[in-house]
Order: sequence, then structure tokens, then C-alpha cells
Amino acid sequence: MAITESGAAKPDGSRRDFLFLATGAALAVGTGAAAWPFVASMAPDAATVAAGAPLDVDLAPIQEGQIINVFWRGKLIFVRNRSEKEIKESQDVKLTELIDPQPDSARVKEGHAKWLVVYGNCTHLGCVPIGHQGPYQGWSCPCHGSLFDAAGRVRRGPAPSNLPIPPYVFEGDTKIRIGEEGGKAVA
Amino acid sequence: MSAHGTAYVPKSGLAKWFESRLPLVGLVHSSFVSFPVPRNLNYFWTFGAILIMMLGVQIATGIWLAMHYDPSANAAFNSVEHIMRDVNYGWLLRYMHANGASMFFVAVYIHIFRGLYYGSYKAPREVLYILGVIIYLLMMATAFLGYTLPWGQMSYWGATVITNILAAIPIVGDTIQSLLWGGYSVGSPTLNRFFSLHYLLPFMIVGVVVLHVWALHVTGQNNPTGIPIKSGKDVVAFTPYATIKDVFAAAVFMIFFAYWIFYQPNYLGHADNYVPANPGVTPKHIVPEWYFLPFYAILRAVPDKLGGVILMFGAVLILAFAPWLDTSRVRSSNYRPIYRQFFWLFVIVCIILGWLGAKPPEGGYVIASQICTAYYFAHFLLVMPLVGLFETPNRLPGSILESVTGPGKQVDSGSGMPVGAAAAPPSKG
Repeated sequence: MAITESGAAKPDGSRRDFLFLATGAALAVGTGAAAWPFVASMAPDAATVAAGAPLDVDLAPIQEGQIINVFWRGKLIFVRNRSEKEIKESQDVKLTELIDPQPDSARVKEGHAKWLVVYGNCTHLGCVPIGHQGPYQGWSCPCHGSLFDAAGRVRRGPAPSNLPIPPYVFEGDTKIRIGEEGGKAVA
Repeated sequence: MSAHGTAYVPKSGLAKWFESRLPLVGLVHSSFVSFPVPRNLNYFWTFGAILIMMLGVQIATGIWLAMHYDPSANAAFNSVEHIMRDVNYGWLLRYMHANGASMFFVAVYIHIFRGLYYGSYKAPREVLYILGVIIYLLMMATAFLGYTLPWGQMSYWGATVITNILAAIPIVGDTIQSLLWGGYSVGSPTLNRFFSLHYLLPFMIVGVVVLHVWALHVTGQNNPTGIPIKSGKDVVAFTPYATIKDVFAAAVFMIFFAYWIFYQPNYLGHADNYVPANPGVTPKHIVPEWYFLPFYAILRAVPDKLGGVILMFGAVLILAFAPWLDTSRVRSSNYRPIYRQFFWLFVIVCIILGWLGAKPPEGGYVIASQICTAYYFAHFLLVMPLVGLFETPNRLPGSILESVTGPGKQVDSGSGMPVGAAAAPPSKG
């Protein structure tokens, strides 16, 4: 920075440097503020969020061994009434044999071991696995061959993890509310 | 250009007035009329023009289809059937657009393999070549987005599988996925934005094509010998020689295109996509369109989600590094006896990967996919660097002209030249 005749401007901290930095900062903030609405508009909108309220499912009509499909927030959820044999097999598996080790007790709610509630999309790329198929009699994915057991745990890849468990609570013995946890609806 | 002494000179008063304000006609003239083209180009060099034609076909049919299409999850499938049954010639526009995408990829694969065979990616054409890889990536994105629009079973599950691929990206994957979905899963907001992006990307392709052609006209075209233009005798004028050849090749390609439209309009698609999207049932085999099959085979070859995704994207991106992976100073594989064999092996491996991509992911198919995937990457990471170091290339011709007329005749430009060459514009100046 050139020093003026009056000597007021110094090589650093001059008014011109300040203006340069201030303009740059205003430009950066302004660009970010202008870009924000464009990005935010792509997030789930208010109507979609409202339609994602908790969902009640009546378990009474589901027979032993039956798997029903329900949709919550557009996502497929399996509700499975497990037989005694399936529960026992799921509990007896050694955790060291599992790709994503989780005991059966962590897959169900306490005192409701016969009800398995899991998301119905394979954790590999989201295909719908077919129930009661494959060597583990849980689910078998037709797309890339992943296998799941009756606790929804992955037993053979390429799926990297167990079928995730949606947030839900029991409301009595024959009714669950999907999308609620700890007394309030999930975000 | 100026070497030919055929620079554009406006004649009429109006043309002079306009040219002095915007030299547009002069730009077109220097780029597509007087532009010097190597005289030995074969028909593989016509696919650039064919690709521009196909881009035009896709944009025109797409704009017209959009006049009748409804991009909401409830109406999309029915609006496509409405186009097929009610709209005048709607069936033709849709079959042109759907098969046009396949023909676009047929042409681009020939174009890419031509570039790889003749070493068109090597200096000084690296930027030209990388722009081509970017166009190819944009084409893949456009084709994927377009395939989701009919909202059939394959559309829905294709969208689900691909958006789940993006969720494998560490840290930001889930955010990207949510912004793409516009909801908690693939649904109507997803379809709406995919339609918007499907309409946008072709115009971005047009923009990159302009840069691609610009870069081409800076470096000049490669040719089957791979040796540079050394004198005016090596070239002919773009118009009429290349122009008429491109038009002829495009016409022949249109016959091929018409065969699919009128005789096999659904052969390259999937019957499952005539079943409306159902989030509760996955089709028995989710298979992408044929032009994505080799990459799908690579994705499934890896028994690990993130690993498969990385290799699949890597398989496309590694193309961009070819200019620096290939150590040979000879461009054309015509003069590379060892590399030429590896090149054809690579082509065969790509075709086998495509075949494997359509097979169920089990047993021997998975093992074969793994072997072919390993070879695919080895071609770039081992064959390209090593063969270039150890191979002894064949003797190159002295000039492009010599490769056409035979050695010793290049000085005598008046005789012994092919008919087309004799009509070349004056090049002494």
C-alpha cells in the first residue's frame, strides 16, 4: 500500500484494507444467505413432515409366523409375529457369528419377544427382502443376495448392518405406535 | 485455417456490418468450413457428429414429451400411458426418446473406445479428453434421472437403489440423500426434482460439448496414425470432406436407430417398468439399463457397501487419469503390437462385465465379476504404465500423407494421390 503525502495510510491496517476485507466478508455472507433458501427448499417440506406423524398398528389380527407390511413416512416396515422356534433360534445364536453383533433382546421390546418390528428395506441398497426365505428363514434379498435371520440381523452380505428398528412403543399388549419414543413423537 | 487462405470474407454490406459487430459467421466458418482435418480419418471419427445429432434428438423429443408428462407420483405413470395412447404420435416421440438414450450410449461407447485405441487422450488433448469424461458423467446422471420418470417398478427401485448408494458416502451421505428425496423415502417430491434436473442436465451437456469442440479445435483432431499434422498436405478442409462424411455416417446411424424405434421399441427396456411403482414389492431382478451393466457388475463384485460404491465411481473416474497412466509416447495402437492385444482384452472384459451385470448376484457370477473388476482396474493401473515402458513400437510413417499414399510419394503432391486428396484446397501458402 502506497503511503500518501499526509502519511495517514500505513502498509497494514489501512482503511483500504479494511474496506477490502469488509466487502469480501459481506460478499461471502450474502452469497451464503442467498444460497441457503435454495438448499433448504430441497429438505422435506412441512406437508411431508406433517404426514410423518406417529402410526398406530393393531397387532391382534397378525397370526403366528405372519409378517405384515406397514408404511410410515413412506418407508416399508415389517411387523413379524415370531414363533417359539424362531425366538429360540434367534436367542441361541453366538454373537461372534454375526456380522453386526446384537443379542435378540436388543432387537425386540422387553416382554414382547414374539414381536419383531424392523424397516423393510435391505441395508445394502434398499430392496425389499422376501420373508421366510433362505437358510436362516428370516429374509432373503432378491437384489444382491443378502440374508437375514428371524431377528432381522444380517447373516450374509453385501448388506453391512442389521435391518434397523424404527422408533416404536407398545400401547398395551396388542397395539404399537410407530414413530413415538420416550413419550413423544420423533422428529 | 489461414494456411488454406480460405478465411471468411463477408461480401454483402449487411454481412460486413454484422461481422464487424459480432464475428459469428467467421467463427462458424473457421470451425466448420475451413478447419483442417487429417486426410486419413476413418469412420470411427464420425461418432462425434453422430453424438451431437443424438443430443439434438434427445433434447427435441424431451421438450415435446414434457408438454404431456405430469411429474407427480400419482399421475406420472398414467401420463406416460396417456402419451402412448392418446397423444398424436406420442408413441413415436416416447420411443425415439427411450431408444435414443440407448443409441446415444452406443455412439458414446464407440467414441470412447476409439479415443482409447488411437491414444486421443494423450498430450496435448488431455483437457479435451477430460471434458469428454465429464460429458459422459453428465450423460449417466441424465439417463438415470430420465429412467425414473415413468414411475414404473424399475423406475422406483432404480431410484431407491441409486439414492441408497449416495447414503454410503461417509458423514454427508445421509444429508445428501435427504435433500435428494425431499422426504423420508423416494416419493413424489423426489420425482418432481428428478424431472427438474433431468430437464436441466442436457443443457449443461450442451455447454460442456461447446467446450469439448472448442478444445478440439485448439489442438486439432487426432488421426489413425496418431502422428501430428506436419504440413498442409496432411489435411483436407472440414467442408465438404468431413461434413459430407459425417452426414453420411449419421444417416446410416439413423437407419440403425429407426430399426429399434419401429421394430424393437421395448427390447432395450424392462417389462417390469410397465408395472406401476410399488414401494412394498421389489422386482425379482433389479437390473439397470444395459449401458450401466458393467458398472453395476463392479458394484456387486465387492461384498462391502462402501467398497462397492467406491469401486463403481472409481471405474468411471479412472478414465480421467488415462493421459498420465499411459507411459507410451506412441498414440495409436496400430503401432503398438503388445498394447493393442491388451486393448482388445480390455474391450472383451468390459463386455463380459456387462453380461455379468445382468446375471443374479450369486456363485460363479460373483467370482467372475471380481476377476473382471480386478482386470478392469489392472488395465489402467498396471497395463497402461508398464506396457508403455517395455514395448517396442512399430515404425511410424513419416507423415499422415505418407500413411495414405505410401512412403516416398509425399513430396510429389500432384500425382499418386487418392481422388479425394487431389481435390484438397491449396495448401502451399
